[in-house]
Amino acid sequence: MNRVDGRQKVTGAAKYSAEYQLPNMAYAVLVGSTIAKGRLSSIDTKAAERAPGVLAVITHQNGPKLPGHKPVGKDPSQPQTVGSALRVFTDDKIRFNDQPIAVVVADSWERARYAARLVKAQYAQEAHQTNLEANKPNAFLPTQAKKNPKSPVADYQRGQVDAYKTGALKLEAEYVIPTEVHHPIEMQSITAHWEAPDRLTLYDKTQGTMATRRDFAREWGLPEENVKVIATYVGGAFGNGLHSWPHESAAIVAAKVVNRPVKLMLTREQMFTMVGYRPHTWQKIGMSATPDGKITAITHEAIGQTSTYEEFTEATLGQTRMMYQAPNMTTRYRLAALDIGSPIWMRGPGEATGAFALESAMDEMAYLLNIDPLEFRLRNYTDKDPENGKPWSSKFLKECYQAGAERIGWNKRQLKPGSVREGDWLIGYGMGVGTFGAHRGTSKATAKLLPDGTVLLQSAVTDIGPGTGTAMTQIAADTLGVTPAKVRFEWGNSDFARAPTQGGSAIVNTVGPAVQEACLALKDKLRELAAAGNGAFAAARKEDVTFADGYLTLAGNATARVTYTDLVKQAGGQAVTVESKPSDKGREYSMYSFSVHFAQVRVHQLTGEVRVSKLVSCADAGTIINEKTAGNQMKGGAVGGIGMALTEAAVIDDRFGRYVTKDLAEYHVPVHADAPAVEVYFVNQPDPHVNALGTKGIGEIATIGVAPAIANAIFNATGKRIRELPITPDKLI
Amino acid sequence: MADEQPGLSLDHDEHSQARRTFLKQSSLLTALAFTPGPVVRAAAAELDEKVAAAFEKVPLKLAVNGKRYKLQVEPRTTLLDLLREQLHLTGTKKGCDYGQCGACTVHVDGKRINSCLTLAVMQEGKEVTTIEGLAPGGDKLHPMQEAFIKHDGFQCGYCTPGQIMSAVACIREGHADSEGEIREYMSGNICRCGAYTNIVAAIQEVKNGGQRV
Repeated sequence: MNRVDGRQKVTGAAKYSAEYQLPNMAYAVLVGSTIAKGRLSSIDTKAAERAPGVLAVITHQNGPKLPGHKPVGKDPSQPQTVGSALRVFTDDKIRFNDQPIAVVVADSWERARYAARLVKAQYAQEAHQTNLEANKPNAFLPTQAKKNPKSPVADYQRGQVDAYKTGALKLEAEYVIPTEVHHPIEMQSITAHWEAPDRLTLYDKTQGTMATRRDFAREWGLPEENVKVIATYVGGAFGNGLHSWPHESAAIVAAKVVNRPVKLMLTREQMFTMVGYRPHTWQKIGMSATPDGKITAITHEAIGQTSTYEEFTEATLGQTRMMYQAPNMTTRYRLAALDIGSPIWMRGPGEATGAFALESAMDEMAYLLNIDPLEFRLRNYTDKDPENGKPWSSKFLKECYQAGAERIGWNKRQLKPGSVREGDWLIGYGMGVGTFGAHRGTSKATAKLLPDGTVLLQSAVTDIGPGTGTAMTQIAADTLGVTPAKVRFEWGNSDFARAPTQGGSAIVNTVGPAVQEACLALKDKLRELAAAGNGAFAAARKEDVTFADGYLTLAGNATARVTYTDLVKQAGGQAVTVESKPSDKGREYSMYSFSVHFAQVRVHQLTGEVRVSKLVSCADAGTIINEKTAGNQMKGGAVGGIGMALTEAAVIDDRFGRYVTKDLAEYHVPVHADAPAVEVYFVNQPDPHVNALGTKGIGEIATIGVAPAIANAIFNATGKRIRELPITPDKLI
Repeated sequence: MADEQPGLSLDHDEHSQARRTFLKQSSLLTALAFTPGPVVRAAAAELDEKVAAAFEKVPLKLAVNGKRYKLQVEPRTTLLDLLREQLHLTGTKKGCDYGQCGACTVHVDGKRINSCLTLAVMQEGKEVTTIEGLAPGGDKLHPMQEAFIKHDGFQCGYCTPGQIMSAVACIREGHADSEGEIREYMSGNICRCGAYTNIVAAIQEVKNGGQRV
């Protein structure tokens, strides 16, 4: 089935957050600090205020007081980060370079942009720290780990501590990933509209309409129902819509001050500095194995970078603890706080970072043992979760290995690096495994019977591109036994039924069952209606009523046949809202999606140019609701992995604490010419425990494991083991 | 060509009106010269802005999607911002403002350009086509739009109008003869969702189908 919103997207009719036309619109442009740490000693806004068309220049000196704002560091406002999200114009402190210090509001972009240049600030500068390497000695255990030794970021131990050190065959290696930035093509934008002094509507680029509503209702001391967040179309996000950011805060303040709707869109440079990124992370792996290829111990340590005002943590070491059968396991996760804006989960998040180290080390160990890397993984395959001893809810990773190996032509691979060549091009093959928790949360969904005979489903969930609306329409149509054309799914509005933030590959797992259950509840209603109008249905048992092809029929009674549309019309606007939760029984299982990526690369032996010539991504993601959109998501995740492996790095000049990569000409994301046709294979076996649909999630495993597959293929091609991403030509010549 | 947009035109009379306003303000300034210093400075600053504002705009005539427009625009307004903010044609997307991502691709006199890298006033007399004007009209889609839906050549949809405008131009230019050639000539259009495999498939289908684009 094609996407339900395809027509909107190919005709330009889909409206993103800076595209709503409101009367009397004003435009806001942020002014950023030019130092990384210190205080604002003065800020001169006079020239900007006098510039044509300017409506207001707002700074910490004249900004309105936010009734619900807590000073930074005093309010752990986000459930998963310790600290407090940065809000604007509340004090004179500078915490990172390009931190918003003023917002200029004018009656056009051009005028706001020009006037923003006229704002002049003086600073009392302090020495800043932006270098991870230099700050490794100051790394600390995250607060949540200190409070809770069972936290996923707490130190983990099974068997002996650091047992690899005494292993017969061992390796020890350090891996580094640089800061990577989400860079969705739609830059962060928001239109803020105070419809009344206590009623706020936001058209916002967010992954969670409910979370954004909660954050800004709290900031302004408003009841949540007074804030409405609309995010029908989100132009990509990859994680950077998982937090409430300073620019959103600024647009709302600006709209309040000028009492007009205000539109604010970040520049590409601001996308580096204030809306999160995958943090620069150092890792070290120690691994030992027996000569016949059984891993005896792994120690995996990581130091991730965070900001000075929030402790951002991610599951960098999660995959290491559960992927392979290693009786001795030690993991240690630390943070280093730098004078840079806060990081935020970026597609695959910490697991993708961790998998680069783990899956590279697996490849290194396979070479040390002189065993095929695929065979080495099979020898350490786990049939239950070694981290907690629980059985897997489902695991078809071996099927993925086999399917991927066949499709990439693994048998053409030579173990000895540099053995396959075509002219000046060295050809290599590599693999990398990915896994991510099959998370399911609680969600509601509303189903309404419309007088025109269709069913309307509503959920506050957003869609950042995977095709949520399409999957939900299919789930509803399948459950109701009608064609998808009879169903309409609406999303991206905080007034709709409560749903979680889109992220963590959890939306089909979570919202899918809510839609399914709402449709089942509707079927009960339809049965009642059929019974009321037809004696045969009244007498029938529930299980004998069939919903198919737009009709309700009765087994063994050819005359009992009611069209579904007629029933819906009779129902006259009836609606059901259901809440769907994961069952407790699920806790008995370890639930994960799995993937394996196989890469074929060509490396030019003189220039070091790397071309990914073939990429096969195989996934055990449970039931696949829509092969087309799911396949697209896998292909896209693989392309993201190519960027991670070969091109993406945000570079800071530590002298100024400011990024020198400030646009897409300097920060290189993969383009058409960088991406081969990606081949996708799904096992497509339902998971019996995550939910009744059998889904497990795709978004993250599409990226996790791709970068090491490419790095390993480069080693196979050249014999060069590159442990610091991205693998640019200078590292190969 | 199609009808004019009466609501958006500013005819010559209105333009001369703006000039008269300026002259009036200039005489007012002269009068103010006889009043005390601080008052004059404040008033002059205020009027300077108004005077500047009137002269910041220049007339522009162009056609967009077959509609002729007579406009007054600031010389620094890009074609992209004109389309999105003044003509409310938001199908053309802003993804970087530096000509690096291709999301703002439109056709000017049949050729693809990045509308963020060109000033609106440079398009005097030109014919601009945006994604909203690509289809022949009514419910019918352009074959490239159909192919993008069929091959799922997008995810979030934000780069999609630019990809489609570029894809059409790519075929018209004769740069869609192989998968490799399409990749090369489409590399100015970034898709961060990574739907490249499907975009290339869509372009190949249209190219091989031989439909007129």
